[in-house]
Amino acid sequence: MNNKSPLAIELRDISKRFGSVQANKDICLQVPRGTIHGIIGENGAGKSTLMSIIYGFYAADTGDIEINGTVTHIKTSEDAINAGIGMVHQHFMLVENFTVLENVMLGAEGGAMLKQGKAAARAELKRLASEYSLDVDVDAVVEELPVGLQQRVEILKALYRGAKVLILDEPTGVLTPQEADHLFIILKSLKEQGVTVLLITHKLREIMASTDNVSVMRQGQMVAHRETKNTNKEELAELMVGKKVRLKVDKDEATPTDVVLSAKNLSLIDSQGVKRLKNVSFDLKAGEIVGIAGVSGNGQSELLNVLSGISALSEGEIQFSGETITPKNHKNASQMRDLKMAHVPEDRHKMGLVTGFEAYESAILGYHNSSTYNGSILLDRKAMLSECEERMAKWDVRPPNPHLKTANFSGGNQQKIVIAREVEQNPNVLLIGQPTRGVDIGAIENIHEEIVKLRDSGKAILLVSVELDEIMALSDRILVMFDGAVVGSLAASDADERILGLMMANAYSDPSEKAGDKA
Amino acid sequence: MTQAKVPAWVSIALIPFINVMLAFFVSALVILALGEDPIEAAGYLIYGAFGYDEGIGYTLYYATNLIFTGLAVSVAFKAGLFNIGGEGQAYIGGLGVGLVCLWLDSSMSLLVIIPLAIIGGALFGAAWAYIPAYLQARRGSHVVITTIMFNFIASSLMVYLMVNWLKQDGRMSPNSRTFEESAWLPYMHEMLAPFGIEISASPLNAAFFWALICCVFVWGLIWHTRWGFQLRTIGTNATAALYAGIDNPKVTIWVMLISGALAGFVGLNEIMGVNHSLLLNFTAGYGFAGIAVSLMGRNHPVGIIIAAILFGALYQGGSELAFEIPSITPEIVVVIQGLVILFSGALENMLKGRIEGLFIRKSVA
Repeated sequence: MNNKSPLAIELRDISKRFGSVQANKDICLQVPRGTIHGIIGENGAGKSTLMSIIYGFYAADTGDIEINGTVTHIKTSEDAINAGIGMVHQHFMLVENFTVLENVMLGAEGGAMLKQGKAAARAELKRLASEYSLDVDVDAVVEELPVGLQQRVEILKALYRGAKVLILDEPTGVLTPQEADHLFIILKSLKEQGVTVLLITHKLREIMASTDNVSVMRQGQMVAHRETKNTNKEELAELMVGKKVRLKVDKDEATPTDVVLSAKNLSLIDSQGVKRLKNVSFDLKAGEIVGIAGVSGNGQSELLNVLSGISALSEGEIQFSGETITPKNHKNASQMRDLKMAHVPEDRHKMGLVTGFEAYESAILGYHNSSTYNGSILLDRKAMLSECEERMAKWDVRPPNPHLKTANFSGGNQQKIVIAREVEQNPNVLLIGQPTRGVDIGAIENIHEEIVKLRDSGKAILLVSVELDEIMALSDRILVMFDGAVVGSLAASDADERILGLMMANAYSDPSEKAGDKA
Repeated sequence: MTQAKVPAWVSIALIPFINVMLAFFVSALVILALGEDPIEAAGYLIYGAFGYDEGIGYTLYYATNLIFTGLAVSVAFKAGLFNIGGEGQAYIGGLGVGLVCLWLDSSMSLLVIIPLAIIGGALFGAAWAYIPAYLQARRGSHVVITTIMFNFIASSLMVYLMVNWLKQDGRMSPNSRTFEESAWLPYMHEMLAPFGIEISASPLNAAFFWALICCVFVWGLIWHTRWGFQLRTIGTNATAALYAGIDNPKVTIWVMLISGALAGFVGLNEIMGVNHSLLLNFTAGYGFAGIAVSLMGRNHPVGIIIAAILFGALYQGGSELAFEIPSITPEIVVVIQGLVILFSGALENMLKGRIEGLFIRKSVA
């Protein structure tokens, strides 16, 4: 690292623990003044936690933060602002129905009466805008501005408060490619004016295109520092993903038979008009597990939602169980269940369970209309309870108490309740999202075995997971999603972390072309 | 997960009890400031509400209305809807009951009129809840706003109907004619007399039994039917409901219809049980008090019965109190009722966290 220029930020041995999770461990980081410094890592690598520590949202358990060469104690974001640090969050912190000027002034009104402060702020904004080429109409109402301009307002807000260090958390996640390009021009001009930029991202292209230095985080630790010009995408992808111990799942070669689900050009446009799924097509055969890899937020959740009937398609069609589902012929989640589609959602708390219900009630969610659980008028509690007890025994749910509130089971046991509910319906297709998120090791094996067992009984399984290990251990075929589209498809036997990592960052180019010059 | 460590009796019994005691404490300060003895006042209040059979009759008569409106609020609340329109739904439900009585009282017997009046009250109350329900479910207008507005509309509509259509000819007061006795719900003292049980006359009537039946009905509906399962799923986790394929708008509309029907039964007690004619303002704020009753009763029928009796006792004991101690005017009694609503309803969460925290720490230690 170039130690000649003075450091804007130096972190020494920062550690932070949340309960049993070590979010940051002995993090050291040196950021020279007036540079753009990238921090890259997978989801959950601890990037956001680290930035939250610098910005005063969390206090580090141990370690020192030095700003411009002096040890600074940052307990609140106010301390951070006073130390000259500004942050642009992934989700903007703007008052939507205020004007740009009012948003920038917010928290720095400069007196009880607005008029004077406003005039001063207007003058200062004008200066900042011309100095950093950050043109925004200061009297525009924020909600009427496009996202790229809203982000500019956030940057102006930080600069207005005298920020000399600007932290941007996944800044391009909400931007169009053109807006992103413009952002990087702005960052370059900020750098020329002596502002230090910390760029948090998981997109390798952005790191390569705009940073001076890059630090890689993995599982809460800082694993490498590189000068951007001395590294390349392949190296960064490998550092990011690391060589993990492979999860072992005993399974035989898959023997896929008939196509049971066929997705053609699926597209989904959300209520904001953003295209979340882009022409996704694939076939799912009985007796195979297809894994969907991807950094979360690249359309996997939306794909599960349209397949399970939670969201209606915007374009395309799904052929399943003799039905053709189109935007006009939508089937809701309950109708999809009747067609023997089971769905273990990615987020069991938000979707898969009602945490306030007793376990035996959560255990029928979605199947509550089934005659198994209903008498002529009342719910058949006896049947519900005895079935729940049976399943708890079979799936080793602990404690095996159907009357315990769902919230009081551990994550792994909650997940078993959900998976048991879906698998025991004997579905033709099982959609399963993040099957082992927040589940302890013992239960992970158990869940993986059950998924393979279901495959071997001739069912089709679509697996979405952000854990590459899990995708590689379970899948027979892997699709990679990026920005709502399927960008890669390969047999599990051809996949390794590096290829998947590059595909997930949409930075993969065909090896047959590159094979020569790499060797 | 911390919730689990709070014993059930703390949130069901202890916290409501402490809230009521706080309300009484502040009431005592008010009474002290008036130069009266709070202990003496409390004595009159309790004696007035529970000390003799006529007092008990009145207490339960008030409680009947509050059970209906409390249930109405709780059914909606279980589905995550805040139905503030109980007052208007009770008003229009009463109109339905009254119209059935006016229509059939001279031609039919009581046994025919009772079920038809129940249906009339339910239909009219439900109809009044339907428009806010539809607007919430299909158009996204917030049910709190629309139900409040519909209270005012109900009030104006009733004035118009009473003055222009239902008033007796040649009378100044906006009352309908008195029903024939065949459309009077029997009083409790009349019903018990044949069994040799002599109690003093009070307005308590057969509607009280219907209120208890409604409690059982609501309990079964919410906790023992698949429909109640859907309702509770929507109320606690709307995303999970979507995942489960539950038709949220449809359930929302039905919940509000049932809620409105329950509120509409106030008309059975007031119109058919006591006044025996259609008149203005018979709802007298029961719809709003039902919100406090439901909150205090933790949205459970058993809790609602207990809370309704407490509020009924405040109504009845309060009027006794105002009678016995002239310097405590009826307005002061309203203040005391208001304090109970304030502490047990609006300030319900003021102490909750701290008391629960106390028990959580205890159980951890």
